[in-house]
Amino acid sequence: MFEKVWQNHVVAEPAGEPTILYIDLQLVHEVTSPQAFEGLRLAGRKLRRPDRHIATVDHNVPTTSVHDRLVIADQIAAAQVNALRKNCKEFGVEFFDVQDPGQGIVHMIGPELGATKPGMTIVCGDSHTSTHGAFGALAFGIGTSEVEHVMATQTLPQSKPKTFRINVEGELPYGVTAKDIILDIIGRIGTAGATGYAIEYAGSAIRALSMEGRMTICNMSIEAGARAGMIAPDETTFAYLKGRRFSPKGEAWDRAVAHWRSLVTDPGATFDRELTIDATKLAPSVTWGTSPGMVTTITGKVPTLDEAKDDADRKGFERAYEYMALTPGMPVEEIKVDAVFLGSCTNGRIEDLRAAAKVVRGHHVATTVRAMVVPGSQKVKHQAEEEGLDLIFKSAGFEWREPGCSMCLGMNPDILQPGERCASTSNRNFEGRQGRGGRTHLLSPEMAAAAAITGHLTDIRKWEFEETAKS
Amino acid sequence: MQPINILTSTAVPLPLPNIDTDQIIPKQFLKRIERTGYGDFLFYDWRYNLDIPDHVEPRRDFVLNKPEYKGSEILLAEKNFGCGSSREHAAWAINQYGFRAVIAPSFADIFFSNAGKNGIILAPLTDAEVETLIQRSTANPKHLITINLEAQTVSDDEGFSAHFDIDPFRKYCLLNGLDDIGLTLRHESDLNNFESQHDQEFWSAPKANEAA
Repeated sequence: MFEKVWQNHVVAEPAGEPTILYIDLQLVHEVTSPQAFEGLRLAGRKLRRPDRHIATVDHNVPTTSVHDRLVIADQIAAAQVNALRKNCKEFGVEFFDVQDPGQGIVHMIGPELGATKPGMTIVCGDSHTSTHGAFGALAFGIGTSEVEHVMATQTLPQSKPKTFRINVEGELPYGVTAKDIILDIIGRIGTAGATGYAIEYAGSAIRALSMEGRMTICNMSIEAGARAGMIAPDETTFAYLKGRRFSPKGEAWDRAVAHWRSLVTDPGATFDRELTIDATKLAPSVTWGTSPGMVTTITGKVPTLDEAKDDADRKGFERAYEYMALTPGMPVEEIKVDAVFLGSCTNGRIEDLRAAAKVVRGHHVATTVRAMVVPGSQKVKHQAEEEGLDLIFKSAGFEWREPGCSMCLGMNPDILQPGERCASTSNRNFEGRQGRGGRTHLLSPEMAAAAAITGHLTDIRKWEFEETAKS
Repeated sequence: MQPINILTSTAVPLPLPNIDTDQIIPKQFLKRIERTGYGDFLFYDWRYNLDIPDHVEPRRDFVLNKPEYKGSEILLAEKNFGCGSSREHAAWAINQYGFRAVIAPSFADIFFSNAGKNGIILAPLTDAEVETLIQRSTANPKHLITINLEAQTVSDDEGFSAHFDIDPFRKYCLLNGLDDIGLTLRHESDLNNFESQHDQEFWSAPKANEAA
């Protein structure tokens, strides 16, 4: 599939140089675009294809209230958001502003709009662009200079990565989610395990996932170092896309679906690397350390030094024990949390909120915990409110916030204090990621919800759900 | 972009694997709209002690704060340097601080690309070779290392000599200080032809169906 999509986008293949690849769609946000637009301006260049660009604000926007987003207190953040407004107007790019009903985290709005479709090449100045691969698109993160390059030429020079198929077979056990699948994979192959590769996720467990589950998996492909992560389109994909704003309609839809079906990997195709995982053996997972690869299961323990693979890992472990204030051999279920963050482009979708609400219903956030839910987009927020999920979270003591990247990376005021420990549905647990000195444990929305209630990392498989109260 | 070829300099040893871009340039500095001035924020959380409110104090024991390493243009690190977020600000910070090259056993993909666009030489050597250089620069901050891009070698005056691999086109661009956009526009007629064909593909453009 990767090969087919790549070939469909070759503009030129100069000898001894990277291939010039056409880019179908560039998504833009406020953090990695100002210098790109400025570069166009300085060089006197037009933005070649405004109709192949979509922009929104997500990283820097406050989530506390509508007012706080309209009048951003942080002067530098306000300047950056204003720069994007100005730039989109000047260069003719469609822009979803802070309170637009279509606003949200950039990797949420692409699929919601039906802008993300199978067989496309999609880029954005953000490493979690891999999310769109869930639709069978070739989607990857790029730096600001490359953002400028795409704005100027709608192409990118790219050297072709190798291919890596990861088959996840069998039925997922109770309490195990897409998030657990990808955490397991990263734990297995390491944070550089897929460097230089485009991953294709396949197998019955992948097929059984909804589009949202597939997006969770593809989202974290970058944490294994992969250039991209793709899942073949199928009926689930087509059902998701049908009728969305940018999806083809009528006869064009039928032609599109026929084309999309043809993208699927041919039987017998070979990959540079292949790995098969037994889904039936998976368990709810949690990261314990300061890299997404430092993972264990909820019934596991913080690994000891002799469990490290090599000297480099040993060094990483030692540093992590200290930063995370954990003792080797300590059972994961004993780790207490101070904060819980439910959101991000990894797990900020409606299904994630529904699953977490089920856990939360009838319970209350522990007195030792501050917990917040940040829906990934305005659409998700409104749908959740229609379903009454916000009331479940609020009456349980969660803060219900406006959409944005929020505490995933703490660029806006949603940050951890030094030493604060957070159970987070986001994608990175590096030192300082959620705030200087902040300690992050990555896990699924269900597990995050459970930790908010009990005040410590908790095995969701043992959870007692409240039945819906009937009057 | 400035051309680069032969670089002789002292080196700053950072003997840590998996240094991610959140460490290289923390998120608060990504709010800026300027393209310059990031050198001041390189490895900010490691360089400065912020425990006292409203008081920024350099950490004495962090290598970048040691006067004997001042002026160094080479950074030595361990495997998977630059992993994590795609922020090109990481390459800008490294460059604007004064580093023209990083020597490590391996680099993360997106960082690798960003560094190339900013005239930074990334020289991959073996674990053992990097270890030797780290030891020498740790023992003697004034130890000089020479990187020769044309010859693809790293050497010093104590008999160290190693070869590094680099993509020939990347090497050509670094040696000549070439700009990517200009290079791509050499293929403009191919691009125009491809585009008019490709735009017929209704499935590939966000707005292709507005009228339909």
